[in-house]
Amino acid sequence: MMDLDWSSIPGALPFLWQGMSVTLEITVVAVVLGIVWGTLLALMRLSGAKPLAWFATAYVNLFRSIPLVMVLLWFFLLVPQLLESVLHLPPGSDTRLASAMTGFALFESAYYAEIIRAGIQSIPKGQMAAALALGMGHGQAMRLVVLPQALRNMLPLLLTQGIILFQDTSLVYVSALADFFGAAYKVGDRDGRLVELLLFSGAVYFFISFAASRLVARLGKKASV
Amino acid sequence: MAYHWNWAVFASPEPSGQTTYLGWMLAGLKTTVTLSLSAWLLALVLGILMGTLRTVPSRPARLLASAWVELFRNVPLLVQLFIWYFVLPELLPAAIGNAYKQMNPMLQQFLAAWICLGLFTSARVCEQVRSGIESLPPGQKNAGLALGFTLPQTYRFVLLPMALRIVVPPLTSEFLNIFKNSAVCSTIGLLELAAQGRQLVDYTAQPYESFIAVTLFYLGINVVVMALMRWLEARTRVPGYMGGAQ
Repeated sequence: MMDLDWSSIPGALPFLWQGMSVTLEITVVAVVLGIVWGTLLALMRLSGAKPLAWFATAYVNLFRSIPLVMVLLWFFLLVPQLLESVLHLPPGSDTRLASAMTGFALFESAYYAEIIRAGIQSIPKGQMAAALALGMGHGQAMRLVVLPQALRNMLPLLLTQGIILFQDTSLVYVSALADFFGAAYKVGDRDGRLVELLLFSGAVYFFISFAASRLVARLGKKASV
Repeated sequence: MAYHWNWAVFASPEPSGQTTYLGWMLAGLKTTVTLSLSAWLLALVLGILMGTLRTVPSRPARLLASAWVELFRNVPLLVQLFIWYFVLPELLPAAIGNAYKQMNPMLQQFLAAWICLGLFTSARVCEQVRSGIESLPPGQKNAGLALGFTLPQTYRFVLLPMALRIVVPPLTSEFLNIFKNSAVCSTIGLLELAAQGRQLVDYTAQPYESFIAVTLFYLGINVVVMALMRWLEARTRVPGYMGGAQ
């Protein structure tokens, strides 16, 4: 049994914080884009237009069947080439952060779409009928009557998915992008203190996720309609 | 963008000449399936045990089980994997730690991946089993006790047989997840499907063929598991419940 030596952590805190800000950036961008695109997918899936519904169903099923690691590998392969040819970036520019954000946003939107679809379906049909009877168009009724209630109902689930996403961002490790976990690993590797740094990063993830899920549980009780 | 498609790459022999690149893929598929199935067994055993403990009257037992769930749910899978693989051997007594480090590296990776995936998934199975047990009417437990069963007997003969049938549909998605999560184990060098795909890219510079093949294999696994679970769901359905047999 080895002796633990935590002395390399205090000096590395600024670097670790940089990593944490990358983690948080990816999480926030992916949650916001994921919810927007997920809502559109859910609306497509519930819409009467067959091709749109098929597209959304295929999209959701595809992304839900592939491991996140594989999705990220795809995006680290495709996005740089796309950016280079569309934006004429010089080859070799660092597009890993953009690739990670796109990958997470498109992947998570499949999960958000399913949460949002269930949320919309949980709203009684009478709400839509009443809005239409008041003279609203279908789009207006969806936007002003159904979606606000549905979003409120599913807020806890959307936030919980956000916590899962926060943990999943550690997988950008496959691209050597220095998020919080990547930073901790690098410091541990450099100082020969991998054991301490891995335990430390595990503890940090635990406290953030645990505290966040407690908050979500409290919020869930408050927000319920 | 001039990319040279070359699907024949799978038929060409890999560097050591023992097999083809397709052989690599199939070896990876085999590792993915073996790892996922064996970790699923571990997850089921521990998950059912912990899920039961979450519902028993004893407070310490309930606390233990909820600590278990919180611990494995709030740390990223990748971090858990690295802790099992890099940290645990250092923290164990020297004799055991050294014995582990002297094992065949492939066995070391497989063992760490197996424990990691099994325990990670057991926390999720635990929550499903708990909600299955809690969904039973309280009369079932009371009736069992009133008939003279002890508490363990009530669980064994009355509550668990019902609860386990009820939780088969929600467990389907956990079963699918374990195959997808196993791809994370490529990060410690375990040569499962995703890792073989990346290795093939390094050796052949044909990333699209490789990734398309790996993606198709995962889709295939998904289809097979869904079909299997649908069959199991139909066989274990409880008559009288939503979606139950007539």
